[in-house]
Amino acid sequence: MKVLVPIKRVIDANVKVRVKADESGVELTNVKMAMNPFCEIAVEEAVRLKEAGTASEVIVVSAGIAQSQETLRTGLAMGADRAILIQTDVPLEPLAVAKLLKAVADKEEPGLLLLGKQAIDGDNNQTAQMISALLGWSQATFASKVAIDGDKLNVTREVDGGLENINLNMPAVVSVDLRLNEPRYASLPNIMKAKKKPLESLTPEDLGVDVTPRVETVKVCEPPARKAGVKVASVAELVDKLKNEAKVI
Amino acid sequence: MTLGNLDERREAITEIRSAVAALCAGYGEDYWRRLDADKGYPTEFVTEMTEAGFLTALIPEGYGGSGLGLFEACAILEEISRRGAHAGACHAQMYVMGSVLRHGSDEQKQAYLPKIARGELRLQSFGVTEPTTGTDTTSLKTMARRDGDVYRINGQKVWISRVEHSDLMVLLARTTPREDCKKKTEGLSAFIVDLRHAKGNGLTIQPIDAMINHHACELFFDDLQVPAENLLGEEGKGFRVILDGMNAERILIASECIGDARYFLDKATAYAREREVFGRPIGANQGIQFPLAKCYAEMEAAALMVERAALLFDAKVSCGAEANMAKMLAAEASWKAGDAAMQTHGGFAFSREYNIERKFRETRLYQIAPISTNLILSYIAEHVLELPRSF
Ligand SMILES: Cc1cc2nc3c(=O)[nH]c(=O)nc-3n(C[C@H](O)[C@H](O)[C@H](O)COP(=O)(O)OP(=O)(O)OC[C@H]3O[C@@H](n4cnc5c(N)ncnc54)[C@H](O)[C@@H]3O)c2cc1C
Ligand SMILES: Cc1cc2nc3c(=O)[nH]c(=O)nc-3n(C[C@H](O)[C@H](O)[C@H](O)COP(=O)(O)OP(=O)(O)OC[C@H]3O[C@@H](n4cnc5c(N)ncnc54)[C@H](O)[C@@H]3O)c2cc1C
Repeated sequence: MKVLVPIKRVIDANVKVRVKADESGVELTNVKMAMNPFCEIAVEEAVRLKEAGTASEVIVVSAGIAQSQETLRTGLAMGADRAILIQTDVPLEPLAVAKLLKAVADKEEPGLLLLGKQAIDGDNNQTAQMISALLGWSQATFASKVAIDGDKLNVTREVDGGLENINLNMPAVVSVDLRLNEPRYASLPNIMKAKKKPLESLTPEDLGVDVTPRVETVKVCEPPARKAGVKVASVAELVDKLKNEAKVI
Repeated sequence: MTLGNLDERREAITEIRSAVAALCAGYGEDYWRRLDADKGYPTEFVTEMTEAGFLTALIPEGYGGSGLGLFEACAILEEISRRGAHAGACHAQMYVMGSVLRHGSDEQKQAYLPKIARGELRLQSFGVTEPTTGTDTTSLKTMARRDGDVYRINGQKVWISRVEHSDLMVLLARTTPREDCKKKTEGLSAFIVDLRHAKGNGLTIQPIDAMINHHACELFFDDLQVPAENLLGEEGKGFRVILDGMNAERILIASECIGDARYFLDKATAYAREREVFGRPIGANQGIQFPLAKCYAEMEAAALMVERAALLFDAKVSCGAEANMAKMLAAEASWKAGDAAMQTHGGFAFSREYNIERKFRETRLYQIAPISTNLILSYIAEHVLELPRSF
């Protein structure tokens, strides 16, 4: 079984994100980029499936600018077998990414599409659900445990009320949550080996997908600074303030 | 391994840095502070670094390493230091093997290098300095006398790091008294000493109570027998063996200093943004900003020299001046950055919990060891500027 793992290049989680002076977006020049942490978890899970003998091949795929190659190399260094870059300078919206990934999935025919539940840049949490709909495959979002049992998939999901266990048919789309695993770092020999692993480069046109944005960004700005709160001495005072000052209850 | 062009190498070191940072994240600053207080050795950290292949980067692929260059090795040590770890605990495992690689016989290389690459053998001890001769290396007094199949070693060494955490040591001793040699650099020989057998059989090790947790010891040799086959390179030509490794060592240590400087500036700027007195962040005062900005500029300049030296070394171009200048400039930059970080932290700099003072002590070493600043200046003055010799 092939496992396809879409990954995204984002601003490193430790970097303080700054808005560009012209408010057209966030500052990316000279900013450290990294693989989206949720994608790392997806790669780790796929590599573990391969190590356990359940998966035969792990393919990482990324859609975005040429530098996304570096992120793909990280995936290869973690243990993926090959990589596909869908190169475009067009800012991609979740639906465009989902369409691109559907096209790759049609070609590669993986048994499982494992991906992060969201990317820490836009926090959209949409791509997995959209691909599942486009492919007509079963889906499990927010996975904290994934177990393959023949052509069935047992997934534990993190839901508001706690944990939910569901059973799906494969092929399936699974989006992963934070507690699924702890991703490895690449060893030095694996970093060097990754340089020699195959990396195929495609364009949206090659895949016949129109990625023209449908949403126009008018302005990007910082969230307003939070004002200091007030301390209350008792629950009664709190209720009173919520009722009479804030007028929310 | 073909290292690729510079762009490819830069891309690879970005990847290497992230991986090293991720490994280091498992060993927080509390870990290093505890070791410092207890004079402990970071065995788990060094084992993990070795298993992940980072300490064997310089060993050729044919012997099981990654066959990378100093450029890559520097990125590894810089990142270790930047993450608050003490690279001094493990750096020598990277480069002491270089003397075996360059001067060892085929048998010696086969016997040691694959085991070092697999992490089964630790060669991270290097015995040169002596109490009565110090920097004047060629005057060292430890004698090795050939006696049949062995050399008998008598004498004393001081400040030899990590001997208690190493299986082997490269030792420099005299095989011909200085007065019987035409040149003072002749008559010295290098040996591979198996510390596991030597301890208690002619070698006594005495840890030194030191300012930093560097595991440096005094060594006393009382008729220690070393098999003749453990001679490294030719008899009488040992100074060359040691000399050849020095440029690499200096460049690598310089990269650690850059890592330390980055650590100090990371810490100081974070603190300066956060700490508020007089109703605003202390970082809003130019009195805090300017020293940090100056340190940053000096660090970046030193980093350029380190990179230049490493690239020259990897291209097998002579780089004595660059290696020395890199070490001096980087050690000064890290010390100044440390001082600025101390000042920025105010009284809290003195609290061990903030870790600054530990790093401050650690980075001070590099203006003295492995070579002191004066000796670097003297090298530049006499070998580069061609001024008359002072000694
Ligand atoms: C923590 C630590 C770890 C060490 N680890 C090792 C190790 O693993 N292996 C090893 O062999 N050694 C090791 N050393 C020793 C280190 O290399 C020496 O301390 C260093 O080379 C300086 O020698 P010295 O201490 O004898 O100083 P000295 O030679 O006595 O010098 C004292 C001062 O005089 C200056 N000076 C000396 N001669 C001149 C001159 N001609 N012109 C101008 N100034 C001069 C020096 O620059 C220095 O500032 C270590 C030292 C320390 C502190
Ligand atoms: C060992 C030790 C013993 C001590 N003993 C005593 C004691 O017995 N009694 C006691 O009361 N205190 C004591 N102290 C506290 C000491 O007086 C303070 O640490 C010192 O005054 C600095 O204050 P701070 O640490 O809060 O630094 P901060 O006030 O946070 O200052 C941090 C840095 O910002 C700089 N800074 C702050 N504001 C400005 C500005 N407007 N412009 C430019 N730069 C600025 C400071 O110069 C400093 O470099 C002791 C401290 C130590 C380390």
